[in-house]
Amino acid sequence: MPPILVIARLTVQESSRRRLLLALLVLTLIVVGFSAWGFNKITTIPRSDGTLLPRDQVALITSQLLIVVTFMFSGVLALSAAVVAGPLISGEVESGMLLSMLARPVRRSEVVIGKWLGLAVLVAVYAAGSAFLELVAVNWATGYLPPHPLELTLFVAAEGLVLLSLGLLLSTRLSGITAGVIALVAWLMGWIAGVVGDIGTGLQNQALENVGVISHILLPTDGLWRGAIYAMEPDTYLAILRNSGTFGRANPFAAVDPPPVQFLGWVVVWFAIVLAASIWSFRRREI
Amino acid sequence: MAEVAEKAEAASPSGEAAGTPAIKTVELSKKFGKTVALAGLSMTVPRGEVFGFLGPNGAGKTTAVKVLLGLLAPTSGGGWLLGKPVGDLDTRRHIGYLPELFRYQGWLSAAEVLALHCELAPLPRSSWKDEIGTVLETVGLADRATDRVGTFSKGMQQRLGLGAALLGEPELVFLDEPTSALDPVGRHDVREIIRGLSARGTAVFLNSHLLSEVEQVCDRVAVVDHGRVIAEGTMDELLGGTAVRVRVSGLAQADKNRLMTFGRIDDEGDQLTFNNLDPDRVPELITAIVEMGGRVYEVAPRHQTLEDRFLQLLEDEQK
Repeated sequence: MPPILVIARLTVQESSRRRLLLALLVLTLIVVGFSAWGFNKITTIPRSDGTLLPRDQVALITSQLLIVVTFMFSGVLALSAAVVAGPLISGEVESGMLLSMLARPVRRSEVVIGKWLGLAVLVAVYAAGSAFLELVAVNWATGYLPPHPLELTLFVAAEGLVLLSLGLLLSTRLSGITAGVIALVAWLMGWIAGVVGDIGTGLQNQALENVGVISHILLPTDGLWRGAIYAMEPDTYLAILRNSGTFGRANPFAAVDPPPVQFLGWVVVWFAIVLAASIWSFRRREI
Repeated sequence: MAEVAEKAEAASPSGEAAGTPAIKTVELSKKFGKTVALAGLSMTVPRGEVFGFLGPNGAGKTTAVKVLLGLLAPTSGGGWLLGKPVGDLDTRRHIGYLPELFRYQGWLSAAEVLALHCELAPLPRSSWKDEIGTVLETVGLADRATDRVGTFSKGMQQRLGLGAALLGEPELVFLDEPTSALDPVGRHDVREIIRGLSARGTAVFLNSHLLSEVEQVCDRVAVVDHGRVIAEGTMDELLGGTAVRVRVSGLAQADKNRLMTFGRIDDEGDQLTFNNLDPDRVPELITAIVEMGGRVYEVAPRHQTLEDRFLQLLEDEQK
């Protein structure tokens, strides 16, 4: 097996043996169970006149609640990716674990890519698994499914991958805790900058709008989150948003348009740049 | 342990025909900012030799190993392992390394850690089982093969690291303070393993400040201080000459100065120690002392230990 795949397998194995996967699975099942119970209440709680909510209203409320629940899932994914990626290289350099491995015929680029690949698999599996469970639970409870479940999963997974990549880059130079904290703060700041951009859109203020645009370029997590939101919005809700003009765009939990193709292209380039920078940085690190 | 020695005769390290040394460095230097860790290290270690690399803490021993293994980039100078420039990826197939800071995946078993190193080495999968079984036996961990490394003591982890360094019958093995966490039995085992490697034709670069350990197993030794070699040679060359202690009275300072023709004198009043004195010249020395009017009470030849020589070299270096 090529060294990249050996390192990737080792990374997955470590998460499994350290029971990280088990902890995430148990917590996810608990959250999915509670959310299914909550969603089910929407369909069973009677209104003041004793009747139940009509189907289209259930769908509208469910879609909004689902966005909030997904935000929580994407947050868990981002937090986990940042916390796990932060010490991925620095931790093993500091402990000396990498010394004997790097004395083997293994390139440092293979270590970086292998570790990224291993964590990327975990992020993708968690994103797909949690999205599947949550959507099955919501569908069972309310009969609602978001219009683009596959895109939703891809955008949430990509958000996790962005933070994983940032954490890994920082991990080539900084200690694990520092790299993890910086990645997390960057994610939060990216989200807040996106909200500032929304406010700029609402107020039609170009300077504030630019804050959102620049933050999407530097760290595409918020831009990807908007893609996930768009994938969850039913047509009826999109029509309401579009009718409300610029004010409808000033909402961090709403997206009137899908992410532009140029932005998606930039995300691919962003990954390439960050991974190349990680390899360059680790190659020059003295161990 | 015996298995290592048994393999000795069958070994035929690849590339030996080229006649290149196991290690060669020319004016190798390494700076960390303004700190000079290696200051023009030049040395040659022939194939199959057990080479001791001695020095006080901070002398640059571990830095030298890391530069040779490509873990640190040299600031200037050159280095070659098995005839190839330092950093050559393919050469690492034939090198074993036990780091000073040894740490292995605590969530894996001992056998799994070794399998990982077999895979990275890379060794043919068909040989893994035998390789792993042999090195576990060699380092005394055969009964802990399936236990998680996280449950191991430091000494056991060092044994495991030594085992990983032995995988695949390497042509050159770097051992950086290989007994730092071991008890006396473990230290004895390591000496036996090094002797086995030597018998097999494997070159061993032993980085240590445990002088007795080096004295017992090394063919040749380099003493390093402040990043450069201050003495190098076989054990006989380094410890050559006998020190002779003479208890004497009635000598003036001028007489003692004249006696310096017999070698460097450590003057402790009525105790004079003549360093590096050829044993055949002892009668001549005593005659000279008596002719000067000295009264000789005791003549005691003393063989120099590596520790004596090491301390003397460092002392000379500081002057």
